Amino acid sequence: MSHGGRPLLVGLAYLAPSLILFAAFVFIPLGRTFYLSFFNTRSTGAPTSFAGLDNYLELLTSEAFRTGIVATVLFTLYTVPLGIALGLVLAVLLDAPLRAIGVFRTIMSSTIAVSAAVGSLIWLLLFNPSLGLLNHMLSLVGIAGPQWLIQPQTAILAVSVTTIWLTLGTNVIVLLAGLQGVPQEIYEAARLDGARGLRMFTRITVPMVSPSLFFLLVVDTIAVLQAFTQIHVMTRGGPVDTTRVLVYSIYLDAFQNFQFGFASAQAVILFVIVLALTVIQFRVVERRVHYQ
Amino acid sequence: MRHLPNYVVLVIVALLVAFPLLLALSYSLMSESEIATFPPPVLPQAPSLDNYATVFSTIPIGRYLLNSFVVAGAVVAGQIVTASLAAYAFSFLTYPGRTLLFFAFLSTLMIPWEATIIPNYITIRSIGWLDTYQGLAVPFMATAFGTFLLRQGFLQIPKELHDAARIDGASSFRFFRSIVVPLSRPALATVAIYAFLSTYNQYFWPLLITNQPLMRTTQVGIAQLRFEETLRWGLVMAGVVMVAAPTLALLIVGQRQLIRGLTSGAVKG
Repeated sequence: MSHGGRPLLVGLAYLAPSLILFAAFVFIPLGRTFYLSFFNTRSTGAPTSFAGLDNYLELLTSEAFRTGIVATVLFTLYTVPLGIALGLVLAVLLDAPLRAIGVFRTIMSSTIAVSAAVGSLIWLLLFNPSLGLLNHMLSLVGIAGPQWLIQPQTAILAVSVTTIWLTLGTNVIVLLAGLQGVPQEIYEAARLDGARGLRMFTRITVPMVSPSLFFLLVVDTIAVLQAFTQIHVMTRGGPVDTTRVLVYSIYLDAFQNFQFGFASAQAVILFVIVLALTVIQFRVVERRVHYQ
Repeated sequence: MRHLPNYVVLVIVALLVAFPLLLALSYSLMSESEIATFPPPVLPQAPSLDNYATVFSTIPIGRYLLNSFVVAGAVVAGQIVTASLAAYAFSFLTYPGRTLLFFAFLSTLMIPWEATIIPNYITIRSIGWLDTYQGLAVPFMATAFGTFLLRQGFLQIPKELHDAARIDGASSFRFFRSIVVPLSRPALATVAIYAFLSTYNQYFWPLLITNQPLMRTTQVGIAQLRFEETLRWGLVMAGVVMVAAPTLALLIVGQRQLIRGLTSGAVKG
């Protein structure tokens, strides 16, 4: 055996458990998703006839798919920027050398441990038009709250608010760690230069935590693109498809309508979007964002 | 007391963030008729544990919890074994193709589970793993994230230790088992907590591959309460509290490990 052979076999032996699982549940399935997307399928999922690009062309003309893409984009826009901004405000509050600050840190990052199903059920109650506290509080300030999950314009808002709350814990932890990595001398120097309050925040704090902000921008976007539970528990994609985001559409077309080929084409699109976001992250982290 | 304003702000914000969880707890102690009163109540008039008893008689919540703990426990054990072996191969061993294999691991992070869920469902069904623990657990037993996290820990161990052990005649595997693994307990704890939380909180996959009521996991099980004919909110909230309690307890115990895992990817030194 050549001299590289034995070390390679030893290395592969250690990697084998992971590699076998990745092959079986990640790499081969990804290939099969691509494969299925070019076929018509039986209701069991077995491919019947080659369809070429038909599934993709059908997507372009499908009304449901178009509303789904709109829903996905809106959901992302409502959720990600606001969630990160809120996380940053909380992290700044928590980045203070106070006694018992640890208790507050634990409470404000607690949603990291809360499952999407649990969060969705609680917010479902809050958004309930007759029993929920939200519309009652709105009525106290003279606003007639909508039927949140029944009206097409507001259902996506309700799901977005729930999602912002669910991701708040992660955002707080990551941004607090980012803030704690900023050397105190930088704040002191800025203070000597007369920077205070909001100016300090926009000129010093935000640029200094830009790596964390950018990390969250990508990670939260990918997480939102994968959000399924909130939709399933709160709206089931409705009303009139306004919350039928890409992942939910994959679920409906594959496991309710049994059009596995058509659903696979959508899964391919999801994969391409996530891949692009990840590549952008690797690229940008290398250069533009300020790193200490 | 010059910090008083800071504390006032912190208390208000903390209450707002925790409000949904506190409300769930409060509603779980109310009767259905109290929940239906107007204006919507915030605190129970006469706190009672009746809803908790009703959860047990309405759904097999004990079995759901057991299922979730078995599956999450299996994934924790599986990930610890596969990730520590792989991390060892990426830190102490040298062989041709190592970089390429490392990139293969890295690439799994770019593939969303939802993009492979259709073939995975078909696979699990064809090997008869629907409604089984192995169907719920095995697909998640390998982790690139955990491997990288452990590798970072392993790289802190001096390489001379490895060379010395090998000269003393210890096999590479023995060095791994008796030196590397015991020295890496904190990193292993991080991987374990992550594996537990993410598996216990799963919804989509268990929803797909379980149909028998007794094979449901906690998350899918309590969500079913929402789709009952008459929605009893006190009951739903009691279920929510029971299901969320283990993860919140884990957060309090394992907060440091969680933070370490989350920030290792975000703020590299």
